[in-house]
Amino acid sequence: MPSHPVSPTRLPSCVIFFAMSFVEYNDLIQDGDVAIVYLSYNSLMPVKVQHGAQTQTRYGAIRHSTDLIGQRYGSKVTCSKGGWVYVLHPTPELWTVALPHRTQILYTTDIATITMMLDLKPGSVVCESGTGSGSLSHAILRTIAPTGHLHTVEFHQQRAEKAAEEFAEHRVAHLVTVRNQDVCKEGFGVAGVADAVFLDIPSPWEAVGHAKSAMKKHGGRVCSFSPCIEQVQRTCEALASHGFEEISTLEVLVRLLDVRTVSLPLPEFGPDSSARTELDGTEKPPAPGAPNHPSETLRTTIPHREIPGHTGFLTFATKPRC
Amino acid sequence: MADTEDDDYQNRIKEGDYVVLQRGCIYKAVQIQPKTKVIFEKQWIFLDNSVGNLYNTTFEILAGGNLQPKEDEDTESPADTKVTGADNRNIIDDGKSQTLTRDDIEILKEKNLKPTEIIQQLIEHSSTFNNKTEYAQDKYIEKKKKKYENAVTILKPTCRILAMMYHGREPGKICHLRYDTLAQMLTLGNIHAGSKILVFETCAGLVMGAIMERMGGYGSVIQMYPGGAPVRAGVESFGFPAQYGDMLHEFPICHVNALLAGTLNTTVKEPAVEQKELSTAAEEKQNQPRAEPQEGSPEEQSMEADQHQEKTDLENRKESKAQEKKAKLREKRKKLAAAAALLEGRNADGLVIASRFHPCPVLLGLLKFLSPSRPFVVYSQFKEPLIECYTKLREQGGTVNLRLTDTWLRHYQVMPDRTRPQLQMSGGGGYLLSGTTVAMDRSKPAGSCKAEEPAPKRQKLEETEG
Repeated sequence: MPSHPVSPTRLPSCVIFFAMSFVEYNDLIQDGDVAIVYLSYNSLMPVKVQHGAQTQTRYGAIRHSTDLIGQRYGSKVTCSKGGWVYVLHPTPELWTVALPHRTQILYTTDIATITMMLDLKPGSVVCESGTGSGSLSHAILRTIAPTGHLHTVEFHQQRAEKAAEEFAEHRVAHLVTVRNQDVCKEGFGVAGVADAVFLDIPSPWEAVGHAKSAMKKHGGRVCSFSPCIEQVQRTCEALASHGFEEISTLEVLVRLLDVRTVSLPLPEFGPDSSARTELDGTEKPPAPGAPNHPSETLRTTIPHREIPGHTGFLTFATKPRC
Repeated sequence: MADTEDDDYQNRIKEGDYVVLQRGCIYKAVQIQPKTKVIFEKQWIFLDNSVGNLYNTTFEILAGGNLQPKEDEDTESPADTKVTGADNRNIIDDGKSQTLTRDDIEILKEKNLKPTEIIQQLIEHSSTFNNKTEYAQDKYIEKKKKKYENAVTILKPTCRILAMMYHGREPGKICHLRYDTLAQMLTLGNIHAGSKILVFETCAGLVMGAIMERMGGYGSVIQMYPGGAPVRAGVESFGFPAQYGDMLHEFPICHVNALLAGTLNTTVKEPAVEQKELSTAAEEKQNQPRAEPQEGSPEEQSMEADQHQEKTDLENRKESKAQEKKAKLREKRKKLAAAAALLEGRNADGLVIASRFHPCPVLLGLLKFLSPSRPFVVYSQFKEPLIECYTKLREQGGTVNLRLTDTWLRHYQVMPDRTRPQLQMSGGGGYLLSGTTVAMDRSKPAGSCKAEEPAPKRQKLEETEG
């Protein structure tokens, strides 16, 4: 079965030297960049910067030609209604928060763990399926650039095309090949090239054999992400029967702590007889300016009342030399 | 297919390589040196025979500590006859179930019996083994295997392996930084090839090494170090190719104020240099009493001992030593100038802090060297100093996206019908404060944008609610 590399519907006009990319910082905002508008703590908005274009925010309009192009990334931009926002350089982490969801996505905590446990670094060749919304793909591309390559396989045609389009817009297309095929049936479209394979599909055990054949002869690392323990069970069995070693399953969760100043009132115990004897029986009047209800103020943190308590189990394994 | 002979060369163990010894979840980083004893899990080992073998090979440790590649054994379980009990109602813990004595087992070991054969003997001499359930039998065999297994696997070091090794063996040396927390730092810091990253760490060089691995030799890493000299023994354990050294720069934290004020003198003028060096050395001693012993001091001592030597000889040596010292100082100055040049532009792409020092002054001091719209991440084993960092940053402005987090990590046992979390888990992996720099308001002095920050207002509201 031949593989079908997806070419983006709109190729990058030309890669300008020193232009923004998801794998390289640039100081100034330029026409054609994808910038991240920081509205508030958990409200980010990706913006395609275009001469003459405008972007509406809740604080008013941002005019690209005057407010963005030529400005420094990280600048404060005043919108038409007088409110202001910051314009940030895109990073895979900001993109994960801002990206348009086409599927359930992987978040930064899992992504960070996957990146380290798969031994990813510049030059790594990685296979991934499914591409989904491209949240992990961007993080992988950041880490393996400038000499590595990502082969990403997505069975949903529109999703594959959209991802390819985004990679081009983000100027990382030269680092990635998107294939629209079913990894369980047709594999990754490459053999013997991958240092690492990542699976986020409903039945990863059906793709373990393909993962193995995509990997380098001298071995590599594999990871499977599954929300359900039954999937993990079957995947581990498949990994063991294909000769994978050091199979290990873990779960990692992030806890966000809100910093607060809290005031804890101190209860009144009434007159203290032992203290009074020391003070020669004379009751001390309250110090001038002391509050009626004494309290102690401290700076502390509180966890959120409700947090995502499960994303998925991460199963890692090593493919030995064969 | 894509593997070639050349590729294989890279995957073979060579003399001088930095490697990691592994048995189960025990790791140890060592260098392959001829005829050198290495202690691993209370055993003496000579690594000479590993040279030329492929990485990830498992070796058997022979008598005398020499290694021999282990042959594949497919005899997984030594017990062929599966007689098992239904439950543990008949198992009594009286310490009499094993009829082999300590001495008997020692004799078996001396006979050079294979671990599986010893385990078989243990099973045969156990009066309760056949009454154990199938699961308990498996557990028993696994436990004994661990005890009598005489093998070691040689791995190529990676950030993952070294982070797990340090966390397991010497967490105190890395400020108890758990491997998944380090993973978060590398990702939150957007560490990647081609960037310019400032690092302040007292984690034996693990954080430095991890960052250098992620940069793959492209870009620059500037180690901002406290005390007399940067400590980064852990970087060696990564076994980086020599050209990775080109990324590496160092700058003493005690010169940061001078650099910021523009008064740092990096010109190479002999007498002035020496004086300055002396004064810094004094400062350094004050700053870090626990600093590594300085080079040269043992030599000086031995020089003192050689008093019978002819005076002229002594003077000659003293002079050449002084020359050497001068050259060293000049080199150090040059390096300082190079690092200062990298910092002066105040356009670094990231800041990573993980140390036993109070992070607040470090963070506030070093953030000044970052371009706007760049990530920074601070690790601390304790939460309170990060609360202080958070509060100060909110007061002075210049950052957004501040997040104080910790991660929870749980490993699982996955087995047919027996999948469950592992009984033991790490109680905590430390805390992280991460954020992104933004441009300070130019129309007003630093700190004035506080009033414009919407968040403190919201905070006040929440406080009154509570």
